[in-house]
Amino acid sequence: MDILTLFVTVPAITILILVFTKNLKQARIVSLVGMTVQALMSFHLVYAYFQERKINDDIMVFVKDMTWFEHFNIHYIVGVDGISVAMIVLSSIVVLAGVLISWKMEDLPKEFFISLIVLATGVFGFFISTDLFTMFVFYEIAVIPMYLLIGIWGSGPKEYSAMKLTLMLMGASALLLVGILGIYFNSGADGGALTFNILEIAKVNIPVEAQKLFFPITFIGFAVLGAMFPFHTWSPDGHASAPTAVSMLHAGVLMKLGGYGVFRIAMYLLPEGALIWSDFFIVLAVIGVFYGALAAVKQTDLKYINAYSSVSHLGMVLFALLMLNRTSWNGAILQSLSHGFMTAMFFALIGMIYGRTHTRDVTKLGGLLKVIPFISVMYVIAGLASLGLPGFSGFMAEMQIFVGAFQHEDMFHRVATIITVSAIVVTAVYILRVVGMMLMGPVKNAEFENLPKATWFERAGVLLLLIPIVFMGMTPIWLSDMIRESLQPFIERMM
Amino acid sequence: MNIENFLLMRQELVLLAVILLLIIGEIFSNNKKGLLNFAIGIFVVHTVIGFLPMQEGALFGGMFKSTSLIHLFKNVLNVGVLIILLQSADWIKEKVVPEHKSTEFFILMFSSLLGMYYMISAGDFLMFYLGLELSALPIAALIAFETYKRKSAEAGIKFILSAALASGTSLFGVSLLYATTGTIHFEEVAAIISYSNLSLLGFIFFFTGLAFKISLVPFHFWTADVYEGAPIGIASYLSVISKGAAVMILMIVLFTVMKPFDLVTHNLLYIVALATMFIGNLFALRQQNMKRFLAFSSIAQAGFILLGIMSNDQLGVATVVYFVGIYVFTNLAAFGVVQSISLQSGKENMDDYNGLYRTNPKLSLVMMLALFSLAGIPPVAGFFGKFFLFTAAASQGMYLLVFLAVVNVTISLYYYLLVIRAMFLRKSETAIPYFENKIYMKLGLVLAVIGILFIGLYSPIYDYIFEISKL
Repeated sequence: MDILTLFVTVPAITILILVFTKNLKQARIVSLVGMTVQALMSFHLVYAYFQERKINDDIMVFVKDMTWFEHFNIHYIVGVDGISVAMIVLSSIVVLAGVLISWKMEDLPKEFFISLIVLATGVFGFFISTDLFTMFVFYEIAVIPMYLLIGIWGSGPKEYSAMKLTLMLMGASALLLVGILGIYFNSGADGGALTFNILEIAKVNIPVEAQKLFFPITFIGFAVLGAMFPFHTWSPDGHASAPTAVSMLHAGVLMKLGGYGVFRIAMYLLPEGALIWSDFFIVLAVIGVFYGALAAVKQTDLKYINAYSSVSHLGMVLFALLMLNRTSWNGAILQSLSHGFMTAMFFALIGMIYGRTHTRDVTKLGGLLKVIPFISVMYVIAGLASLGLPGFSGFMAEMQIFVGAFQHEDMFHRVATIITVSAIVVTAVYILRVVGMMLMGPVKNAEFENLPKATWFERAGVLLLLIPIVFMGMTPIWLSDMIRESLQPFIERMM
Repeated sequence: MNIENFLLMRQELVLLAVILLLIIGEIFSNNKKGLLNFAIGIFVVHTVIGFLPMQEGALFGGMFKSTSLIHLFKNVLNVGVLIILLQSADWIKEKVVPEHKSTEFFILMFSSLLGMYYMISAGDFLMFYLGLELSALPIAALIAFETYKRKSAEAGIKFILSAALASGTSLFGVSLLYATTGTIHFEEVAAIISYSNLSLLGFIFFFTGLAFKISLVPFHFWTADVYEGAPIGIASYLSVISKGAAVMILMIVLFTVMKPFDLVTHNLLYIVALATMFIGNLFALRQQNMKRFLAFSSIAQAGFILLGIMSNDQLGVATVVYFVGIYVFTNLAAFGVVQSISLQSGKENMDDYNGLYRTNPKLSLVMMLALFSLAGIPPVAGFFGKFFLFTAAASQGMYLLVFLAVVNVTISLYYYLLVIRAMFLRKSETAIPYFENKIYMKLGLVLAVIGILFIGLYSPIYDYIFEISKL
């Protein structure tokens, strides 16, 4: 079996074994082993990728092509470039951390881990696919377990949130389906056979009329998952109701599918559509960035704060993608990765705080730094990374985004960039506000004087997420190399 | 004509033999319960024989046709009926055998199936009409089979009235077509027919009659009531076998005979498809009774099928047949779970399903697979069926229609998730307690689930169907 298909086989085997587990202990051990293997495989993939690159300068490497539905020319094709390798590493780390954080999942543990890993299978499958149909299949596999995960193990108005999230995301995938079919039936424009193969389609000059029609459909289809304003409303409700690990996976990984899909499918395959529509979507992205940040300032529920912060950060990813140049694209991908680790860490910490204090309301919390120092310090670090302090991943990403954005000299882009930059100030406000209210000062509630310290699995989960954040901030050069090379085909296609 | 030609009618002849064997068995058998096993056993034999390869050809001067596609479709119907029999076995044992009516049950069902065979093999309007009647009349009796239940009897009357009206309408349409062309052979009609007001009227009447069968909006009013009143096995028979056969013959007639009406057909189907999807879905949103729920869901599914029919070429035929095949397994899995629960506890409402996963996990999982397949979520078969139907429609450039259809898919997802919510998310003190299904029911469910999992992912099935999809 080839190196990439293993990324869906290992989770699938883990699921199969999980079916036969009897209790929480067995289920979590099996999941931990399975996902650790997955994480090790992803590290190995990075190494293998660099080795392969030396001898192979195709757009995608490790390509494996198998015919699936012959008549529709549907293939199971896997292949990766630097961007997808980075995304796979992100996913495997977040999933592993998610398993660790769910160490004490008492209610229906087996089903919980199965759903979680089904979701992970979909995500990995999505990132390794280079065939539109296969990609779409994995996309839907990744989305649907969310309903059960939030609905069964969530809190608060979970039935409502789960239904809202599922319907909005599946509605978006309905749009996507139309977009994919539109691309498929125009892939023969140069006289070749119809195909779902992304690399083949990228060689075709799809008629401008078709691009104009299908770009917004495909773009919105993916951008809903990337929480683009005004389609972001599922995200705060979903996050607030979801159990910890699911919030982590959702914000850390699943929402990245949106940005990745926008880039790899909508923009790469329909470049002229992107040029025509970019201004329109820039407006939406800028609104998202600013609105998300402002909404986060106003919230008092920790999960809502981070959910809106995600809307803001992912708005920035879309903004950067739409700036259409190499520097900002580089920034967009770094931002995706950085946000993935950071938000996952945030949600993990929030889960721990909530598990101890049974409240997520910042106005009721205070002085936690004295009571649970590890968790609090980690929260501060995540916060600083999130507001873009040099030395952490967020800085590298945002820096490149804005450098790229300022390369446009016209009025429209300037204004949009300045508004987006100013949103960073607002980000600092809501992060520091939470840190001040929740961690500093006197302990407001006597019950919170003696909270249990972080356990080993909690520490392991959080540190797992912290390492890449620091790594990306300190030595971004490896990652940048990997991404920069992979951006070349996009640049060529777009210009 | 020599005797070998009759082998083209092998399916029909074997089924007829099955029916006769049952009558003989009834005479000589003292053990009424054994008759049930006997009936299922010989039907299994019939189903297996059906899978032997068969030649293509025509009989009686083109009156009866058999192609690989029709043969395959008959096999799908066979497997469907077999699953229904397995799922209904316990019900027959409990309710039908004590009244000494089990042979009647089987004979009626098999006769109706025989009618379907002749209907889809029809090469002219006479054969079509004979098949249509033969398939409809026994069903009416089957629907009213639980005579001690008022609803069942009422449903029987409703069905026979609407079925009679439908076939009458169809027949009237056929007579108008005959008036304009002077022949009833499909091929000759196709050669002679031209666009005129009279022939158009004939075509529309003919279409209306079949629309009743497929329960397309606005001819769907009987569906929910009949499904609710009928025994569940019969409701599932109506929703998959009867509907599937009607779709098949509609497609054959539209593609081969009604070529001059392409534009009319297109507009007509466009409107009917939209109305069917939207009305089916919107009515399904508020249903509490699972049978009514599945009735409206099956109306909506018929709307999706029309998308494939509209594409009007080999791709359209292949995707429709493929979708119907998947739909047979999917819907039977859903109906099977409803039937098993209804038989155990007498409960048929969605609220009664609350907390079902915690007491009956396997049954809930089967239901979940079936609902995901109906909603079109990968990796189960329903996804592939729907995706290809939409591809067929998009190949004709009908992107708007595809878009509206996928909007409908999202609407339908909502109510399918309602059932999943009841089973998985809710907890209930009064959840249906754990029970073990009998062997026949298990077999019926397992067969359906295998279909759901297998047909989609295993691509050679589709490629084979595409290969033989020539009308």
